[in-house]
Amino acid sequence: MLFALTGIVLFAGGIAGMILQSHLLRKIMAFNIFGSGAFLVLVGLGQRDGQIDPVPQAMVLTGIVVSVAATALALALARRLLNLTGEMRFPREGPDD
Amino acid sequence: MKTLMRLLVLAGCAAFVAVAGMAMLVLPEPPIRLAARVSAELGNSGVKHPVTAVLLNFRGYDTLLEIAVLLLALLGIATAAGGDAVTGRRLHGNPQAFLQSLARLLAPLMVMTAGYLLWAGSHRPGGAFQAGAVLAAGIVLLYLSGLLPAPAGPSWLLRLGLVAGFLVFVAVTAVPLFSGGQLLQYPPDMAGALILLIESGLTLSLGLILAALFLWLPDEHEEAEE
Amino acid sequence: MIDPLAWLILLPLTWAAIAFLLGPTRGGRIAQAGIALQLVLALWIATEVAGGSSRQHAAGGWRAPLGIELLADGLSAIMLLLAQAVALPLALYARAYFTDHPAGIRHFWPLAGFLLAAMNALFLSADVFNLYVTLELVGLAAVGLVASDSTAKSVAAALRYLFATLVGSGAYLLGVALLYGTYGTVSLSELAPLVEDAAPYATLLAAGLMVAGLMLKTALFPFHFWLPPAHGGAPSPVSALLSALVIKASFYLVVRLWLGLLMPVAPPAAAQLVGMLGTAAIVWGSVMALRQPRLKMLIAYSTVAQIGYLFLFFPLATHTAPDAAQSALQGAAMQAVSHGLAKAAMFGAAGVVILSTGHDQVARLGGITSRLPLTVFTLALSGVTLMGLPPSGGFIAKWLLIDGAISSGQWWWVIAMIAGGLLTAAYVFKILRHAFLEKEQSATFRRLPRMLEWPAFALALASLAIGLRASDLLRVLGAP
Repeated sequence: MLFALTGIVLFAGGIAGMILQSHLLRKIMAFNIFGSGAFLVLVGLGQRDGQIDPVPQAMVLTGIVVSVAATALALALARRLLNLTGEMRFPREGPDD
Repeated sequence: MKTLMRLLVLAGCAAFVAVAGMAMLVLPEPPIRLAARVSAELGNSGVKHPVTAVLLNFRGYDTLLEIAVLLLALLGIATAAGGDAVTGRRLHGNPQAFLQSLARLLAPLMVMTAGYLLWAGSHRPGGAFQAGAVLAAGIVLLYLSGLLPAPAGPSWLLRLGLVAGFLVFVAVTAVPLFSGGQLLQYPPDMAGALILLIESGLTLSLGLILAALFLWLPDEHEEAEE
Repeated sequence: MIDPLAWLILLPLTWAAIAFLLGPTRGGRIAQAGIALQLVLALWIATEVAGGSSRQHAAGGWRAPLGIELLADGLSAIMLLLAQAVALPLALYARAYFTDHPAGIRHFWPLAGFLLAAMNALFLSADVFNLYVTLELVGLAAVGLVASDSTAKSVAAALRYLFATLVGSGAYLLGVALLYGTYGTVSLSELAPLVEDAAPYATLLAAGLMVAGLMLKTALFPFHFWLPPAHGGAPSPVSALLSALVIKASFYLVVRLWLGLLMPVAPPAAAQLVGMLGTAAIVWGSVMALRQPRLKMLIAYSTVAQIGYLFLFFPLATHTAPDAAQSALQGAAMQAVSHGLAKAAMFGAAGVVILSTGHDQVARLGGITSRLPLTVFTLALSGVTLMGLPPSGGFIAKWLLIDGAISSGQWWWVIAMIAGGLLTAAYVFKILRHAFLEKEQSATFRRLPRMLEWPAFALALASLAIGLRASDLLRVLGAP
């Protein structure tokens, strides 16, 4: 249960970070944080009475792989944006050309 | 107004934590216990470790889709990188002799470790993902120490290596369909062997995919637009 | 025997991987062959379901709750049919488009194949964790496609979309975690009987998280910020796929969860709130569409507006009389299908205009009627469906939704829909008004490949025809 409660805190914190931070790399880190939070809740709730449950563990393994894939894609896009615009932030909304 | 927004978001998150925490603390016993069912069927699954059994047998379909996710992310990176991708080049700069000899020593060890992890997955924590990750680390290490050029984009052999594991997995998934079974249904006596087959293919492909996820990232300095 | 459920997922996975091996030109050919086969399978499933039976499949041979189950019922069958039926003309269109304008072709076919496989897997899955994996698969494929021409605009749009979609699936995953913690299973068939109105708070929280996450992914107001740049900035074949299909996938999931699982714990106030957000989407999206100088951005905001109609389903189907709920479901399904066909046609037409004239400024559309008559006809026909004029599919959809609103005594939604129709007419006529001007505003008109205009036209015609054959479509839906 402690795991699950920590997970909730990480989740909320990560979401807040995602919304409030404007630096792209920090947004990506926030994504990883709230993802880990959700995984902790999944495993923590499944084992709250002390018995080991392999199903949420397997699900979290799958989830971690998906997170890695998404993080890699996000990093690649951010790097490309950095190369094209020179900064690690979203460009300001300009008039449509 | 920005500080007001920040306060609102933070307050919202704090409230969420409180509500969720309380909701979790008052939870009753769950009506269904899967752990018991996993143990009951473990004998028929072909492996001895319950997590591997869930990953590659009971919920193997999830694992199939998850490999697709990895391949997909790689495709996205290759597309987004455009002309910036680090392809076919060796790392420049002074290759440090110490790093190179260390890398030469470690690389075969890493391959052996990967093989061990693959085999161990059937009765202890281990399996294709862990083995693939070690392989990928080996490839990246060789690249970073200047011994190996980055995988070039369009090479046919490389593409084959990347999708081979996935295609083997799809093939094993599809075969039972032809004899009237469900997808990915292993005949119980062949389950262990089929799982090992899938995992071997996956280890190789995952090693390549994970390494490529790192190596195909757009390069640091600006390139001319294509 | 061939099992269509499994093959609808395995077939696109296979040809996507092979297309990656073979490269763009040959990849396009096997993609077309694959999608054609999938369309046949989808039609097979739809006919079976219309006859009254639904199909089930247990992956790995393990029944729930240990294994993952696939299910094809009325709703899935319609969505599967929509996906393959839109994908086939778009595949033909994309081949012609990229022959002329190669930016973005490099990995288009594998990405599109994985996207289609993911959507089929989503429509067929009956396991909430498996649905999470399919959601991520759809999201990442879509993001990869948006970024495919690698310009600053599309990469920024793709990244914004990626962040939004990740937050959405993250919330959904937390909901799954709470459900598993409460009930010990992630299988929809096992969960459904366990969720009753005296459910623990965690269930309510999970429901809220999952619905909110999916609303973000479906770009419901106020979560629509990511959609216009992504749909408006991508290459036209990609925009068509996104607006017509990807958006419908997360909407389908909300409906599936709401009807199949969450109805006992859904407070009517929540349903009304969702309806109001839908209305806001209709109004805001249409007004913004009117103000857009570029055709593709106009069409993208139109998607924001039309999605609002879909969400009117919730107040009409929650805790209301059975025939009102039935009309609501039928209306939502018709709206999803007609909009899918019409929007794909519109983006296709916009792509033709861009390739031919080099721009997509609405104000400079003058003169295209004599040069590209088929394309203008396409725009007009899709506009008819969007406005909801008879005998199009859009008309049937709105008729059914209005019927639901009146039978459940919630007449205020009727006002919303009528207002929406008027606003839609405004922006459709804006496009057509400029297009029908005699004076040529654009300097160049290039010759185009022959196949380019016909697929979009076929899609627009289909959106009209579906209105005439609505009863057949609804028979597929009505089956249990």
